[in-house]
Amino acid sequence: MASTTTTATVSGATAAIGGRSQRTVKTLPLIAPSVIVLFLWMIVPLAMTLWFSFQYYNLLDPSVGGFAGLENYTYLLTDPSLWTAMLNTILLVFWVLVITVGLGTLLAVLFDQDFYGRGVARLLAIAPFFVMPTVSALVWKNMLMHPVNGLFAFFSRSLGLPVIDFFGSLPLTSIIIIVAWQWLPFALLILLTAIQSLDSEQKEAARMDGAGPFAMFFFIILPHLGRAISVVIMIETIFLLSVFAEIYVTTSGGPGLASTNLAFLIYLRALREYDVGGASAAGVIAVILANIVAVFLVRSIARNIAD
Amino acid sequence: MHPKTREKLIATVVGWLAAGVIFFPIFWMILTSFKTEVEAIATPPKLFFTPTLENYVTVRERADYVHFALNSVLISVGATLLATLIAIPASYAMAFFPGKRTKDLLLWMLSTKMMPAVGVLIPIYLLFRDSGAIDTRWGLILVYTLMNLPIVVWMLYTFFKEVPKDILEAGRMDGAKPKQEVWMLLMPLSLPGIASTALLSIILCWNEAFWSLNLTTSQAAPLTTFIASFSAPEGLFWAKLSAASTIAIAPILVFGWMSQRQLVRGLTFGAVK
Repeated sequence: MASTTTTATVSGATAAIGGRSQRTVKTLPLIAPSVIVLFLWMIVPLAMTLWFSFQYYNLLDPSVGGFAGLENYTYLLTDPSLWTAMLNTILLVFWVLVITVGLGTLLAVLFDQDFYGRGVARLLAIAPFFVMPTVSALVWKNMLMHPVNGLFAFFSRSLGLPVIDFFGSLPLTSIIIIVAWQWLPFALLILLTAIQSLDSEQKEAARMDGAGPFAMFFFIILPHLGRAISVVIMIETIFLLSVFAEIYVTTSGGPGLASTNLAFLIYLRALREYDVGGASAAGVIAVILANIVAVFLVRSIARNIAD
Repeated sequence: MHPKTREKLIATVVGWLAAGVIFFPIFWMILTSFKTEVEAIATPPKLFFTPTLENYVTVRERADYVHFALNSVLISVGATLLATLIAIPASYAMAFFPGKRTKDLLLWMLSTKMMPAVGVLIPIYLLFRDSGAIDTRWGLILVYTLMNLPIVVWMLYTFFKEVPKDILEAGRMDGAKPKQEVWMLLMPLSLPGIASTALLSIILCWNEAFWSLNLTTSQAAPLTTFIASFSAPEGLFWAKLSAASTIAIAPILVFGWMSQRQLVRGLTFGAVK
């Protein structure tokens, strides 16, 4: 630690003595392009969404127009489909989090053990994360969950159990399974990284003191993972709030609204029903939801950047 | 048997079992891609069969598959290059000449990544429609560049910070101009970091499916959109779909395996070390 501080001071001093002219490199023109494009990308569309949400605006009917006040919001908030979509969004996020963090922690402990071919096994286990969402959704839909030719149907029949029509009778559950399968490797990868940063001397000391595997897990590993788990939860939540492609290619939000989440509802309203005003109001709600999570995440990142 | 050895054997069995279950859907897809269409939907499912390359030949011969694959390549590489070009100066400035606001700026950039895409779908869609950017490669390149810019800036920043300042100082003393300093010293020194940043950006672009589904239909449609078009016909082209999917995911799977470590760094914004 001491050596880094010294080098820092020394290099700072050289800069001050040797290169006053170089020290005054103008950072503004270097940073400005990134800041400007990101600002435009974030603020302009967001402002437009906010503006549209207070307008009567239908893509098919140009005669509809003008200031709507809060009408889009009151209409939306009294519409049961918003609450269905909200509930579906929350259920989807919650269950995927439970599955990925729960299984991810167990798998991380497992892949932290030394075993034969661990490197290859780990590669296989993280593979689903790199499969594009439309491919994974279709593989599950056609080859595994299909009620006639799917593998699950075949297993049910062989065991004499009733065949489950996954997307017909359990649409949201099916999507939760697919999305959890995609995000499990993410949780595993991050929690494994965190476990491996655990001091091996600390583990050794606990073992010397007679800690069994369970005591080890609950009193040494789990507390150490606390921060990593909260980061996984926050990052996954932000992505899971806007799950879209998996719903798009499997159920299209149906049957009825049974598997429509907020993201898909906005898509339906805007690009299928052409109601820009109503969809924008729903968009504003989605942004607010994500921001609640983002505030905590940013705070946690900020703490670590300071380190 | 020694208890240590037995423990290791148990871990081996359980570990491979878990990995096998997780990987199974991908394995099954690859297996199906070597079957005929009849075998693909056969009950009971066929585990042993005479493999055929017929599906790959069909997929390759269909000109449109090449068209979609080319779109994926052009769009992800284009967006990655553009994002890296915009990000390098910014990351360089923030890593080597940090000011009072650098940290806030960095956090602000990361926070833009947390805005849900659906929140801005409608304005972007309308802007694209009115400016003729819908279903164009450059339109999607633009969106992907902006989508990944915060991550690229952030990752380059962390890699640049690891470059010893003294080397750059020495270069400056020898009269290197800022441009030379970046191109002749910083870039070669942090090449591995730049490469893994680019790799992550390509992975994210390649697999992106919200904007591609909403902003492209055919001309500029990448593989994600193309594969989604298979969702309509009921169980007729499973073997071909599997072959098309296998080719679509293969390069990214390899990239992903190559960049596991950096991935954690990039996706958690350094919150997990």
